[in-house]
Amino acid sequence: MDLVSQMQRQFVDYKNSLFREGFLDDQFKQLLQLQDESNPGFVVEVVSLFFQDSEKLLNNLATALQQQIVDYKQVDAYVHQFKGSSSSIGALKVKNECVAFRNYCDEKNRERCEKCLEQLKREYIAVKNKLGTLFQMERHILLRGGSIPLE
Amino acid sequence: MELDMDASSLSNGMGVENELHVLAVDDSLIDRRLVEKLLKNSSFKVTTAENGLRALEFLGLGEDQKNNLKTTGSKVNLIITDYCMPGMTGYDLLKKIKESNALKEVPVVIVSSENIPTRINKCLEEGAQQFMLKPLKQSDVKKLRCQLMT
Repeated sequence: MDLVSQMQRQFVDYKNSLFREGFLDDQFKQLLQLQDESNPGFVVEVVSLFFQDSEKLLNNLATALQQQIVDYKQVDAYVHQFKGSSSSIGALKVKNECVAFRNYCDEKNRERCEKCLEQLKREYIAVKNKLGTLFQMERHILLRGGSIPLE
Repeated sequence: MELDMDASSLSNGMGVENELHVLAVDDSLIDRRLVEKLLKNSSFKVTTAENGLRALEFLGLGEDQKNNLKTTGSKVNLIITDYCMPGMTGYDLLKKIKESNALKEVPVVIVSSENIPTRINKCLEEGAQQFMLKPLKQSDVKKLRCQLMT
């Protein structure tokens, strides 16, 4: 097997593992299907928007939970936004973490909310790294003149 | 006498290429980008707005346009709006559109990430064409296109 074929095989295996392990769900597959020759950078563009948005939200959440008197409506609004964006790109574990987080917002439980935020950060960083690796593998295949396999 | 045959003079709102024009409203940039791509993939012409006020301005129902005798709004064949938006919700926007003589015939689709029956009923009662769950899929948009064409 030549190098490009090997890289393509590894790319497909890695991508499949992300679905199998629950980092990504069907919505990410929808994104992949939306991408076409007229817009080859679509998935990277949308995922980049997600990263920017997420980092802002995580900072906002940290600030909101550090206040003397926590505004749980505001915290919930941020988590709701995060749930929406993670759902839109198919970041399943992040979305599920947001669902759990919102329950603790309802309970106005500061300690649990802080723990949720830490867990949310971890899940976000994990999927960010996974997607970064996936896109890097894609770039390396393209650099060597290969095409990106769909399955 | 000059005949002005530009797109806006066609009464059914369709452009020269028979393109259907959709206005998509959502406060999330990611979701605007997604819905725009979904719609374009189904051959719709798309305009996006980040909130209800901008949407109303585009449609010619903005605060400062109300006293203007000329209709300055752009013709659209469909409006898709998110329900949960800060300030003016999708529901508020739906009401304003249905209250307008110029726009009440334009179908409005409400999208939401939350499946809440009372919310759905409220929107349908106010005249929403349909309520759909986010995130939208290509098949949802294809169905919408079929519905619009009949």
